[in-house]
Amino acid sequence: MLKQSFIRLASTDVEYRPFAEVPALLETPNVPGNVTVLHPGEYNRSDAIDLKPGDAVKTGQKLALFPESVAYVVSPVTGTVAGIEPFAGDFGRRYAAVTIEVSDEEEPDNQFTEAAASPSLEAAKNFLGCVPGMPDLSVFGDPDHPIDVLIVSGADSDLMVDTNKYVITAETAEVEHGLHLLREITGVDRIVVALPSDIVQGIGSLEAEVFGVSPAYPSANPRMIANAVLGEPIPAGRTLAEAGVAMMSAETVANIGKAFESGSIPTKKAITLIRKDGSKTMVSVKLGTPMGRILRDYGESLGEGDRLILGGPMTGSAVFSDTYPIQADTDAIMVQDSQAVSFVSDYPCINCGECIRICPTKVQVSMLVRFLEAGQYEDAADLYDLYSCVDCGLCSFVCVSKIPIFQYIRLAKYELSRLQAAEAEEAENV
Amino acid sequence: MFEQKKFIVSHAPFWHNGSSVAERNYNIIVAALPAALFGLTQYGAQALAVLCLSVSSAMIWELIANRATKRPETLGDGNAALIGLLFGMLLPAASPWWLVITGTFVAVIVGKQIFGGIGGNPFNPALIGYGILLISWPNRFDFNAALVNFEFGFDTAFPLWVAKYFGTAELDTFTAWNLLSGQQIGGIGSTFGLGLIAGGIYLIVRGFIRWEISLSYLAGIFVTAFLFNIANPDQYAGPFFHMFTGFTLLAAFFLATDDASSPVNFIPMLIYGAGCGMLTILIRNIGVYVEGTAFAIIVMNCANPLLDRIRPKAVGKVV
Repeated sequence: MLKQSFIRLASTDVEYRPFAEVPALLETPNVPGNVTVLHPGEYNRSDAIDLKPGDAVKTGQKLALFPESVAYVVSPVTGTVAGIEPFAGDFGRRYAAVTIEVSDEEEPDNQFTEAAASPSLEAAKNFLGCVPGMPDLSVFGDPDHPIDVLIVSGADSDLMVDTNKYVITAETAEVEHGLHLLREITGVDRIVVALPSDIVQGIGSLEAEVFGVSPAYPSANPRMIANAVLGEPIPAGRTLAEAGVAMMSAETVANIGKAFESGSIPTKKAITLIRKDGSKTMVSVKLGTPMGRILRDYGESLGEGDRLILGGPMTGSAVFSDTYPIQADTDAIMVQDSQAVSFVSDYPCINCGECIRICPTKVQVSMLVRFLEAGQYEDAADLYDLYSCVDCGLCSFVCVSKIPIFQYIRLAKYELSRLQAAEAEEAENV
Repeated sequence: MFEQKKFIVSHAPFWHNGSSVAERNYNIIVAALPAALFGLTQYGAQALAVLCLSVSSAMIWELIANRATKRPETLGDGNAALIGLLFGMLLPAASPWWLVITGTFVAVIVGKQIFGGIGGNPFNPALIGYGILLISWPNRFDFNAALVNFEFGFDTAFPLWVAKYFGTAELDTFTAWNLLSGQQIGGIGSTFGLGLIAGGIYLIVRGFIRWEISLSYLAGIFVTAFLFNIANPDQYAGPFFHMFTGFTLLAAFFLATDDASSPVNFIPMLIYGAGCGMLTILIRNIGVYVEGTAFAIIVMNCANPLLDRIRPKAVGKVV
């Protein structure tokens, strides 16, 4: 728990922890048990799909459930499918949760091996969309929005999370290899590696531009990095891809490098385990491992009323069950003791202005939240810069009235996106 | 499945810096205490009675408003107590009980609760209470008349009254040190300049008030009083006199800085503070009131929403 200092006039901003505190990686042995992977897409039990319980799957096998969709997941283990269930994520995201019972013998799948012989964007899109780190490869090759800059981030966006800092320093060679490959297969000329400023010196020469990220939170936020690299802010409301920027984590790049080199899809993810006492452990686990098992393996207790968080303290998401599986984009697990849990309140804004002064994008948060509380999302976007927000959570962090400002902002963005989708659909039908 | 442990699920962020409304208000109360306690030593039991009645009646009005509007009770946040304390500090020590109770009614109910409680008040509640009572019973707020039965051992004329009606020639006894160390008459908590400054510095350092408002307010007082003074040194008192007497210091650190009724952006804060200071001197020097602080701040409170529209451009905003 971060507390404000007694003398707040002189207090500095919220900062990322220095590189010296990044823990060493611990390998988790493969233990029998079930793993669960989440296949994107809405699934009902009555749907006819290309996979059924009892089917055998191999390590690295691509599982595409819906014939009409290009979405897929990769099985991280060898075993048999134990069940397929509908699964609802945050903000209306739908998945089919495929549970696989791990068998003793590990058998690699060789579909990708052939494709890996001649690296291409097609092969990467076909097989590497779910490597640990979860690259969004769909942004490449879009004729409407060509990608001019690929930013590889060795800095972790959230506080306390060290996963990418670890990877960029411990697996520099793999990252280098991945960078080389990506330059070839995507044809993007400008590649920028964003590194925390305290490790810029420690990294040998990379085959890319290096950009130092300041330790002040949220300078490692993807949008903040992109703004800084481009030298001018990306217009509010436009995605990074629309502005010609692709963003990948260092871990993703390392895994793409490893995949093409070895001909097999990596299935292990580095995760920062943030314990109740604030200490950190870096662990390498199989994708799909339930969170509870990792906590048990590393001796972190979990009790009634505690909070279990996927991700870091500022932007993670709390889950209601310790069976929630590690996904390709899970960089951290955080456990918060029930005593340390902070609550929000329904107190009104007292107009102290803390949120406005801490906002990295100069949004008038105190005015914005008045619109959001009233559900006037469109006015919030038009008048008070909802889309300038980079989702860092600092406004909620400092709010004297403990208003869940960040939640209001995320809800508003989600509702507006639904509205726009509905309008677009209507326009198509006319 | 049903034996599973229950976790607390909520939206990010999962950390909070630990600040709270109650912490803010209680710290402001603590910062105001040195000046208030000095008032008690100067005016004795009568002042104690006024302050106690003021704080307690303000809290009772708040409770009544909470109950009447069927909203959660907000006594614990300390805001009603703070309003009562600040209102009491503005009063002469000899104020009758009905004046105090009426004043806190206006401050808490009219000044704050009818706008929806804390955060909704467009004006500083304590000043609304003071302002309305000053217009209604002007004689009760004439410090010379109200404090006529007290013996202090220093000049018992209200300095601003002397300055307004007798010019600067009569101000020799009011040196800056005398004014700062409380050798003047005035409101219960408004005369001890050193205590108010100490409290104000504490609040600024702890981040409970915004230094921009306090400093620009004092700068506005200084510059305007200085201009009047060089224009006509016989008629208008100098800047230091105005800074250390009347409600100036109380206003700079406790009244103008009220959260809800003051702006939050940098430039608006400077304009707001300077405007309060300028209007204060204008009312003192050429207005009908001897002490114009309350009205100056209320007028600038009015301009607050407009001022806060002067805001930096959000990152990525396309005009």
